[in-house]
Amino acid sequence: MTAAAVSIRNVTKTFGKGGTTALKNIELEFQPGEFISLIGPSGCGKSTLLRVIGDLIEPTEGEAVIGGKTAHQARLDRDYGMVFQEATLMDWRTVEKNVSLPLEMMGWDRGARRDRVRELLELVELTGFEGHHPWQLSGGMQQRVAIARALTFNPSLILMDEPFGALDEMTRDRLNLELLRIWEATKATVVFVTHSIAEAVFLSSRVVVMSARPGRVQKIVDVDLAYPRTNDTREETRFFELATEVRELLRESHEAREGA
Amino acid sequence: MAVNLLKRVGIFVAVLVGLCAFYMGYRQLYLSTGWTRPFKVDEYAMPRLQDIVSRLWEPAATDQPVLVQVLVQKALFTAREAAAGFVIGAIVGIAIGIVFHFSNLMRRGFQPYVVGSQTVPILAIAPMVVIWLGGQGLPVWMPVAVISAFLTFFPVAINTLRGLDSADPRKLELMRSYAASEWSTLWRVKFPCALPYLFSAFKVAATASVVGAIIGELPSSIQDGLGGAILNFAQYYSLDPSALWATNIIAAALGILFFVIVAIVERLVVRRAPEHVA
Repeated sequence: MTAAAVSIRNVTKTFGKGGTTALKNIELEFQPGEFISLIGPSGCGKSTLLRVIGDLIEPTEGEAVIGGKTAHQARLDRDYGMVFQEATLMDWRTVEKNVSLPLEMMGWDRGARRDRVRELLELVELTGFEGHHPWQLSGGMQQRVAIARALTFNPSLILMDEPFGALDEMTRDRLNLELLRIWEATKATVVFVTHSIAEAVFLSSRVVVMSARPGRVQKIVDVDLAYPRTNDTREETRFFELATEVRELLRESHEAREGA
Repeated sequence: MAVNLLKRVGIFVAVLVGLCAFYMGYRQLYLSTGWTRPFKVDEYAMPRLQDIVSRLWEPAATDQPVLVQVLVQKALFTAREAAAGFVIGAIVGIAIGIVFHFSNLMRRGFQPYVVGSQTVPILAIAPMVVIWLGGQGLPVWMPVAVISAFLTFFPVAINTLRGLDSADPRKLELMRSYAASEWSTLWRVKFPCALPYLFSAFKVAATASVVGAIIGELPSSIQDGLGGAILNFAQYYSLDPSALWATNIIAAALGILFFVIVAIVERLVVRRAPEHVA
């Protein structure tokens, strides 16, 4: 059996001395090629968990293992690509230079970089925008550039922290479809943090519902909607049932906390 | 673009004419009314504008070329000192900014002295610099450049530090996710983020370098620059006030020239969203 894409082993994260516990005894395992969403109320530690996976934050206890390696080694080996809520583009670089940034650091030569960038811009449907600067693009286009950048070195794992959270709903729906297409094309594992129930259900093969203070895994919901998903998927009865299930889980966790 | 340039030149000329008109009007008003507050106006307090301008075309002194030619030569000499001072100050300032950015210990330990250095008047350090660097086979203007750099490194150091600290934490996280080295992050993210801050500092440093060079010439007894000319004409002010005024105009023009050069380089180097362009 191949190693799990991501394996989170008893991870606890406390901020500051005796401070808030962001994550408590998290145990999770994601298989290669899965599309996982992390959803939960603000403060449930979903972004923190994503950063533990990416070795951007050290857990207080436990560890994250990426494809059989420590998270630290996986980061050094550039095994994952990261996308944030803000596109986080370098505004002094053109679109082409933004996308090729990781390749530059990996020492690719100019020609190879240009070919790879062309390929990726085609994938995110931004061909022809190579010479634009980020501020000349809409929010959705900027986010597509960020996705292209995360895919440059063909990572087997993509970490996304509310990548479409700042976009309007129409753009978000369209980018959801695009993301699924890209995911199917690259066969990468995706870990996707979101606030949106509809987005989580629409995209994911599994939805990890978390509860807050301390951040725990409340339940994992299997999304048994067939891929490839289309706009019609959003209107299926099963889609509504699953969305309702996630919503109720979130409400439960909220009420449990209010009651405590 | 051409229309824009024309407009800017137009504004410049209009303001210049306005300032000259104000000078002459003020002078005329005080002369005709005999007002004495805040000061009595006469040929010494405020020479006629025509006299100042025409003084430029008269010999600097007996048997010498016309004043403007002498002053331009001296301005070029001072410009060389100031340019060297600017470059030395910029390099030292950026280096200090980078060191402070990476080491809290160095920052806490040395920042008070960097700040303190700026409260020491240049006139007080000039003799030492002249003694240290004189007679080392260096060009005579080198000590002056170092004195000028003493004024210019400070704004550059402070703004480099602020600029490097200003880099968006998301961008740093992104670089970390690429397992980027400190050097790569500095060069590819922090430094570009610091550039607008750096150019603000360079603009301050550009004019400060000219002031530093002029003042640095005084205790160094250098006669070939504007500082020497100012000292000389100041001594003969009661005989020839227009000469000092004319020299000041050339000195101001040199400062403006330095500033404009930095501003042009900034426009070429810093490419930002339109709302970031000040």
